[in-house]
Amino acid sequence: MIGYLKGPGRVWVGLALGAVVLFVLAPSVLSDFRLMLLGKYLCFAMVAVGIGLAWGRGGMLVLGQGVFFGLGAYLMAMHLKLSDAGPGKAPDFMLLYGSGVVPFWWEPFRSPVVTLVAILLLPAAIATVLGLAIFRRRVKGAYFAILSQALAAAFAILLIGQQTTTGGTNGLNGFRGFLGYNLFDPVNKQLIFSIAAAVLLAMLLLTWHLYRSRYGELLVAVRDQEERVRFLGYNPANIKLVAYAIAAAMAGVAGALFVPIAGIISPADVGVVPSIAFIIGVAIGGRNTLLGPVLGTILVAYAQTTLSEQFPGFWTYFQGALLILVIAFLPGGLASLWTVVKRGRRPGPPSAAPMAAAAADPALASEQKVSI
Amino acid sequence: MDVVVGQLFAGLSQGSILILIALGLALTFGQMGVINMAHGEFIMAGAYTAYVMQGILGDAGISLLIAIPMGFLIGGVMGVILEAVLIRHMYGRPLDTLLVTWGVSLILQQLARDIFGAPNVDVGSPSWLQGSVEVGGVALASARLFILALAIACVAALSAIIRFTSLGRRVRAVVQNRELAETVGISTRRTDRLTFFIGSGLAGVAGVALTLLGSTGPTLGTNYIVDAFLVVVVGGIGQIRGALIAAFVLGLLQSVFQYSTTASMAKVLLLIAIVIFLQVRPQGIFSVRTRSLA
Repeated sequence: MIGYLKGPGRVWVGLALGAVVLFVLAPSVLSDFRLMLLGKYLCFAMVAVGIGLAWGRGGMLVLGQGVFFGLGAYLMAMHLKLSDAGPGKAPDFMLLYGSGVVPFWWEPFRSPVVTLVAILLLPAAIATVLGLAIFRRRVKGAYFAILSQALAAAFAILLIGQQTTTGGTNGLNGFRGFLGYNLFDPVNKQLIFSIAAAVLLAMLLLTWHLYRSRYGELLVAVRDQEERVRFLGYNPANIKLVAYAIAAAMAGVAGALFVPIAGIISPADVGVVPSIAFIIGVAIGGRNTLLGPVLGTILVAYAQTTLSEQFPGFWTYFQGALLILVIAFLPGGLASLWTVVKRGRRPGPPSAAPMAAAAADPALASEQKVSI
Repeated sequence: MDVVVGQLFAGLSQGSILILIALGLALTFGQMGVINMAHGEFIMAGAYTAYVMQGILGDAGISLLIAIPMGFLIGGVMGVILEAVLIRHMYGRPLDTLLVTWGVSLILQQLARDIFGAPNVDVGSPSWLQGSVEVGGVALASARLFILALAIACVAALSAIIRFTSLGRRVRAVVQNRELAETVGISTRRTDRLTFFIGSGLAGVAGVALTLLGSTGPTLGTNYIVDAFLVVVVGGIGQIRGALIAAFVLGLLQSVFQYSTTASMAKVLLLIAIVIFLQVRPQGIFSVRTRSLA
């Protein structure tokens, strides 16, 4: 399935091609509005790279990536709000809805350095604590998926409930500048787009190295046969934890870049529904591949923008039907279409599935016993 | 004392809603290990059944009593169609089933939006459920007492089916060991389908009950599905009593948290409590004993 990615040369060619498209072609062809739209898609694609790692390679169905995306986004938004307000002053919405006193946990994010460090570390740290609690006790498969989804639900509810400190349902918006750069200036818009493009390419490079490394092999081994890996003397919990934490960090960075590009972050971008929307792009593109999640996510986001503008109802039907068809009949996603056509037959489901089945269904576990 | 009784009742009421929405899910999840995200939309279908029944019959009392079996039937038929068309072909891929049924739930929600409109609709409650009953100086809403009774009736009926009927025997056999059950001549396919009918039908009943508490909209199911899954996770698979205990404990905890903090904090605290609980019992309160390593 990843045949076309096997040669190291091809990956470099692919990355160079991506760089040309993103750094040269897109800024010169697209209008500012379209460029910012593509910038948003690139942020979603960063989340997708992480999901590809955790779900495609690690077999962990992460249904709550919106939480980490939201954490990064809100951290960045808090900093932008504070720097817009000026030193010692409170952001506009706090004056409007609350007492106008900046809560103590907002204060550290006046500093851009603290904010950037927090964006890089906080999502990964939370994922690590949560992952330790979940993976150490061998909670996996469907149970893990449900818990991660519940996390997304709780996070969105928490944000909505805190009107005076998080902006509630409205979220945070109306940012003017970042580090002294005016966010309305077209030149700065192009700059922030280029940063997003560079970060995405860097993430792809990192993920590609991970896939080729010894760790990448172990991760796939844990996905396919966790017990055997355990018997070989590894601790599968730690192997999964690393992938989960990296995926969380990627989502956090994506959220932080999303805020200056989109100009808004609200609970509607972080809850259960957007979290699953991230998964849809990955599934359609091909969860097992390096580029599949990225291209799938950009494709779905683009289709959503164009189709839902014109036929909002139709888009929902289309999205649902696409998800059903791809998952049921083309588990490898569009990336496997070529292989399927070439071989003239359907590929088997990804090998993650049978083992996840054994975890969730005691009846199927007997197969696992036999195979061990 | 009033506060304690009030909180206790609030918790019991919350628990009875949780068990109603989670009972069918516990059955299908325990039986087949598949996660049906469209379960929430079967709840929604039940709620709209109550709405349509009231539109046809007019009288709130009679329409409620007819809507309960109708909701069961409609939820059940939808479940059987889903099982036959999609889920049956995806055994052994539980995580993929989750995503596929999410696609189904997207489509069903949009369908409801196109048929009934995006704004919420209200179902009038019958006159005999509008007041409240005084117990120990605390007013208990009749509608909530009715839901509590309905939840108890559903649990009792399902337990009786599982325990005493031949279908129940087949279900228990398949839950314990699918291959062995097949070997001794049980048609697992027919058992699965019947289980799905009953489980989804219970979602429909839950939907009818929810119309007594609030208005009905296309996203009704999504609001409850996460809570329902948490009940199943805490309860453990394959046993009704696990789900029963989990629902009422979670309901009581939520009302206590809600009383001492805010509604949104209560949700977060509840989730933390569940993660801590899973540290102690990763398999939930009860689980069917297997020799599997997982």
